[in-house]
Amino acid sequence: MSEAATAALIELSAVRKRFERRPDVAERLLALAGRPIERRVVRAVDGVDLAIHRGEVVGLVGESGCGKSTLGRMAAGILAPTAGEIRYRGRAVTNLPPPDRMSYVLGVQMIFQDPYASLNPRHPVRRIVGEALHVHRLAPSREIPERVDRALEEVGLDRSYRSRYPHQFSGGQRQRIGIARALAVEPEMLVCDEPVAALDVSIQAQIINLFMDLRERRGLTYLFISHDLGLVRHISDRVAIMYLGRIVEMSPAAELFASPNHPYTQALLAEIPSVGRRRRTFRPIQGEIPSPLNPPSGCAFHPRCPHAMPLCRTEAPPLAAIAPGRISACHLNDAT
Amino acid sequence: MSATLLEVRNLHTVFHAEKGAFAAVNDVSFSVGRGEILGLVGESGSGKSVTGLSIMGLIDPPGEIVAGEILFKGEDLRRKSASEMRLLRGDRIAMIFQDPLMTLNPVLRIGEQMTEAITEHAAIHRAEALRRAAEALAQVGIPSPEARLRGYPHELSGGMRQRVAIAIAMLNKPDLIIADEPTTALDVTIQAQILYEMQRLVRASGTSMIWITHDLGVIAGLADRVAVMYAGRIVETGTVDEILDSPRHPYTQGLLRSVPSANRPGDRLAQIEGMSPSLAARPPGCAFHPRCPRALDICRHDDPAPTAVDSRRSWRCHNPAPAGVAVPA
Repeated sequence: MSEAATAALIELSAVRKRFERRPDVAERLLALAGRPIERRVVRAVDGVDLAIHRGEVVGLVGESGCGKSTLGRMAAGILAPTAGEIRYRGRAVTNLPPPDRMSYVLGVQMIFQDPYASLNPRHPVRRIVGEALHVHRLAPSREIPERVDRALEEVGLDRSYRSRYPHQFSGGQRQRIGIARALAVEPEMLVCDEPVAALDVSIQAQIINLFMDLRERRGLTYLFISHDLGLVRHISDRVAIMYLGRIVEMSPAAELFASPNHPYTQALLAEIPSVGRRRRTFRPIQGEIPSPLNPPSGCAFHPRCPHAMPLCRTEAPPLAAIAPGRISACHLNDAT
Repeated sequence: MSATLLEVRNLHTVFHAEKGAFAAVNDVSFSVGRGEILGLVGESGSGKSVTGLSIMGLIDPPGEIVAGEILFKGEDLRRKSASEMRLLRGDRIAMIFQDPLMTLNPVLRIGEQMTEAITEHAAIHRAEALRRAAEALAQVGIPSPEARLRGYPHELSGGMRQRVAIAIAMLNKPDLIIADEPTTALDVTIQAQILYEMQRLVRASGTSMIWITHDLGVIAGLADRVAVMYAGRIVETGTVDEILDSPRHPYTQGLLRSVPSANRPGDRLAQIEGMSPSLAARPPGCAFHPRCPRALDICRHDDPAPTAVDSRRSWRCHNPAPAGVAVPA
């Protein structure tokens, strides 16, 4: 095993996820009559390698449909990959013996965008936060209330809130409950999927600060999924840019923002709305995000790329090193 | 200075509930010049959308405009009848919503919806209306517009739907467009495309715009002037440079400082403590005082009045931040 692999807390290798639409009743009937079923396969994640080191914050950026949430869910063990391997603390998670499997499932916790949809509206906070402790027998029943209180306090919620229900909280507080639930099982890593996208600006800053405090206090590792480049720049050590199921560039955050390599990364950075840029003339990249049902040939970005060459139409560029610790998938890098 | 197109004076819009009336918009005054883009900034519950709907005459019970004037080209829209307002809406004043499906009828072809919007306000043949509809779609960057006219809204992506909604808003070359977070739900590259189209259309046609958003980055790129709302009030107003470089109200300052780009990567963000009050539980005095780092005793019981009457540069604060203290960029 390479040295990098041993140091990684979690490592995804050549991970793929395909979703196939199930034929509906009409199509199944027509199939009986001899009409072939049209198979529609979405390659949501199409061969991704990603190693996240202990204590590291990796930002995962991309637009809707690029597969970033699917990748996050696979890392958190919620979705099984169609192909490829996920290793947690150096061991493949697929055939772990039950106790080790449990340490993976609990060790990587997920924080969702919509805290309301991820909290059971019929359960009081003490049950939402304490449920995993109870179900997995992680603590004796009499200790659970104390553990719940500690988790609530850690995320900045008063312990008197434990008997309330999710609807009695604001969006920011609900997100704190989701975080308390994750912390209750003492995870090593949080996969955060757009955790502040639904929150007001002033509340976003509070939740981001909470994530940063937790990192400092507990040494947590993060996969932080967001479309907000400003946010990702702020909290990430490394950033991966995804486009249509693949990582197109990955780099330490400071370098990626200082000198983006891939034309897609460059376009994204050019379009960050920023307080410092007044009355600007917006010059967007053209075209829409292609459908993952029918991805373009060659480099998936070529129909929108201002630098596309004939080669880009036919051949997908591989992810290649462009500097120490930096990789990018673009044919333009071959020319030099 | 551009001539004034819209002037809102002391607008009060309340919502009646069992426990009494709650002020969603509380003594709001501002103006929009011809060809000017005003950014209306605030968080959820600040009253920014209700302000837009009040101008449009779209406040339905239990909501009610209880006081104030909405002077559009010098005429008070509050004195207009329902049918007069219907003629004005979609013709002289148009609105774009965050969710384009608020504007689009799912069971009508796009062409029908667009021609209806034209023939409602002008005696024009259907063929001519269709031609103008196709032209409007082309203007907002929709490829093969004639084919799109025959399609339905569900066949389009979110970004394309929003473009159709914008094309409909622009159809009759309105004097004023009220855009309520039209790009918030869109991806960054699509957002940039929409902002580009809007900016181009506004510059070409001299249309005025009120752009409602919580995104200060968008405001910086787009707006000429800014009004910041908190708990139903405009707490600060000024040019985009005045607001972003020299904010005086502690809330404006707090918002600007909490943006990640104003902080060194990896540092804790400068955060505003607490959360926005609900309409039903508006704190006494200045509504921001429980969260305000500069709050004085007087702020607890005395609601500050705006500093200037002309409303082009003013703030409501007993203890404003010193002038010219720019937020680190």
